[in-house]
Amino acid sequence: MQWNSWSEFWAMGGYGLYVWGSFGACLLGMLIEPWLLLRRRRAIQARLPHKESAQ
Amino acid sequence: MSASLFNWFKFASPASFFPLAGRLVPWFAAATLVLAAAGLWVGFAVAPTDAQQGEGYRIIFVHVPASWMSMFIYCVMAFWSALGLSFNTRLSGMMTSALAPTGALFAFLSLWTGSLWGKPMWGAWWVWDARLTSQLILFFLYLGFIALQAAIDDPRRADKAGAILALVGVVNVPIIYFSVQWWNTLHQGASVSMTKAPSMAHTMLLGMLLMALAFWAYTITMALIRVRCIILERELTSEWVKKNAME
Repeated sequence: MQWNSWSEFWAMGGYGLYVWGSFGACLLGMLIEPWLLLRRRRAIQARLPHKESAQ
Repeated sequence: MSASLFNWFKFASPASFFPLAGRLVPWFAAATLVLAAAGLWVGFAVAPTDAQQGEGYRIIFVHVPASWMSMFIYCVMAFWSALGLSFNTRLSGMMTSALAPTGALFAFLSLWTGSLWGKPMWGAWWVWDARLTSQLILFFLYLGFIALQAAIDDPRRADKAGAILALVGVVNVPIIYFSVQWWNTLHQGASVSMTKAPSMAHTMLLGMLLMALAFWAYTITMALIRVRCIILERELTSEWVKKNAME
């Protein structure tokens, strides 16, 4: 491993902004999409007619 | 069940595909997490510093997989569209719609990470180069597909219109892929190709492939969850939903 410390790791040899900007955007996108999907799923389940009768 | 007796067309029906998709979701979700963890470990802890680009090259571990997926997902959408238009199967249109938002996300991430890579290496966030422009067009094709489907109330007509857009737009994918050969561009050529050995260290390649597989598993997970939502939304009043969709 080429990192001697965490600060060196976060600095990414001076490219920190670009590297973490890229990985951060991917992580953010890949968290927002499943979150939106789960919300959509919950909205559908609320509309299922038997849902109320099952409770 | 022997393979010859297995009826593949059974799963062309939304009612029988729905539970199958539900059973597959946890496996692909788990695969996404494992592959991403392995890919990030190899990408940040194992892969060496690049001789020319220093640590900045590590953007490759998300940029290339996102770009590949954005192109691949569009091809899969075109495949489902062709199937839907030929056989008039309901599930095909649902699969196409289920893939579009994830494809749009990856097309955006490809442009975003490319921009963050271009700035330190080329000195520009954006250039109107063949590769970048054709990738931007792909992003707009995804947005156009989503907007077109949203604009048509009848889901079957929306599927047909979307299918035609997906099939016409797919010509853009080979243009993106070969743009670095056909035109003189700033964008570097393919790091991995089918005809010659990869031009990078083995650990770099391994990290990139692991991340690509993680993005692949992620796409399948999202598409399966979304297609289940679409099936339920469209068939909310049908008998099988009332009977079986209870969770």
